[in-house]
Amino acid sequence: MNQRTTVLADGGRPIFVQIAAEIENGIVDGTLAEGTQVPSTTELAAFHRINPATAAKGVNELVADGVLHKRRGIGMFVSEGARERLLDRRRARFASEYVQPLVDEARKLGIDIEELKTMIDKSGSDT
Amino acid sequence: MTAVVEVRGVTKAYGHQRVLDDVSLTLHENTIHGLLGRNGAGKTTLMRVVTGQVFAHGEIRVFGTTPAENAGVLERVCFVSESQPYPDHYRVRHVLAAAAVLFPAWDAAYAESLVADFDLPPERAVRKLSRGMRSALGIVVGLAARAPLTLFDEPYLGLDATARQLFYDRLLADYAENPRTILLSTHLIDEVGDLLEHVSVIDAGRIVLDDDADELRTRAVTVSGPSAAVASFTEGRAVLHLDSMTMLSRAVVADGRRADDDEVARRLGLELESVSLQDLVVRTTDHRRKGALR
Repeated sequence: MNQRTTVLADGGRPIFVQIAAEIENGIVDGTLAEGTQVPSTTELAAFHRINPATAAKGVNELVADGVLHKRRGIGMFVSEGARERLLDRRRARFASEYVQPLVDEARKLGIDIEELKTMIDKSGSDT
Repeated sequence: MTAVVEVRGVTKAYGHQRVLDDVSLTLHENTIHGLLGRNGAGKTTLMRVVTGQVFAHGEIRVFGTTPAENAGVLERVCFVSESQPYPDHYRVRHVLAAAAVLFPAWDAAYAESLVADFDLPPERAVRKLSRGMRSALGIVVGLAARAPLTLFDEPYLGLDATARQLFYDRLLADYAENPRTILLSTHLIDEVGDLLEHVSVIDAGRIVLDDDADELRTRAVTVSGPSAAVASFTEGRAVLHLDSMTMLSRAVVADGRRADDDEVARRLGLELESVSLQDLVVRTTDHRRKGALR
């Protein structure tokens, strides 16, 4: 019986969403520091081999969101406070995206909550 | 957005066979538009109608006016045809010289660099070029013409994967620098899908899908798992296809992704998979072989 659950592979998400997510990831992990310039839509299009309008759509989502801001004639830059805001948003989603699936899977396998906690403690101390 | 091409209710028949059947299509300014469909679906005929080479019933507007016998329109249009005829004695450099005269925005230096990129021998007679080289020559003309409306009709015959990728890369780079309206007909959907902003699918002379590429990419989803759960997930939705075996089912749902799909699938113990643009097109244009798609 097929009981696996998966999140949709990236191929199923609109490309502009993936572009926005990629830039967000760069900001969260510090590759794109606040105040630095992000790749232009032309660069993004050539690098990912996608339509420039699609790349622009992804970037514009982040501008509308305040994560990026435009400096006329120069390009797009990471806004002040963007990283903290993205982190807050991800923390808010952490329970539904990571903890709940973990608990669901554990329940299917007959692992009780105490066992699960022990496993988490163990892998936490391993790293 | 400004419409560069407007086709309204166009029908073209050869004898009793309708090659185009009430086709309507709009190409917006400065977009890369994909024209997808099976062989014989009407892609080439539609392109020939748009470029004024074939007469058809219905309304056809290119840059706001009729394209047929209209020099003002045609000098702004470059049609790279799959089987472009050239005069017998023409060498590669003659084709480029003729293109330089025909297209007001021709970029000779760019053409030179493309000729080198595609390893085209400038002195070779066109009739002695291989199929792939002829295709490459068409691509060079299509790109260097910088025509405000450029149509590529399956421009890659005989080109290997490396040369095709070169075409896609040069197309994207030049389009970013010099935006223009491009109509690209192809059946290599997986290869070009990401380059396209808008997609029209033609099947047996009719437009059967016409939407933004991103929209189409998220329109269909495959859901699989226990039959009862699949039935519950798909209830009231547009199911494009359903496969079943004992206790297990797999359905293609084609009415768009819903915000809570992931959550609902997880709760029901179902697996969700995206349907690629190519699969969606195959699914939509394959009438006889229903069930071929996973």
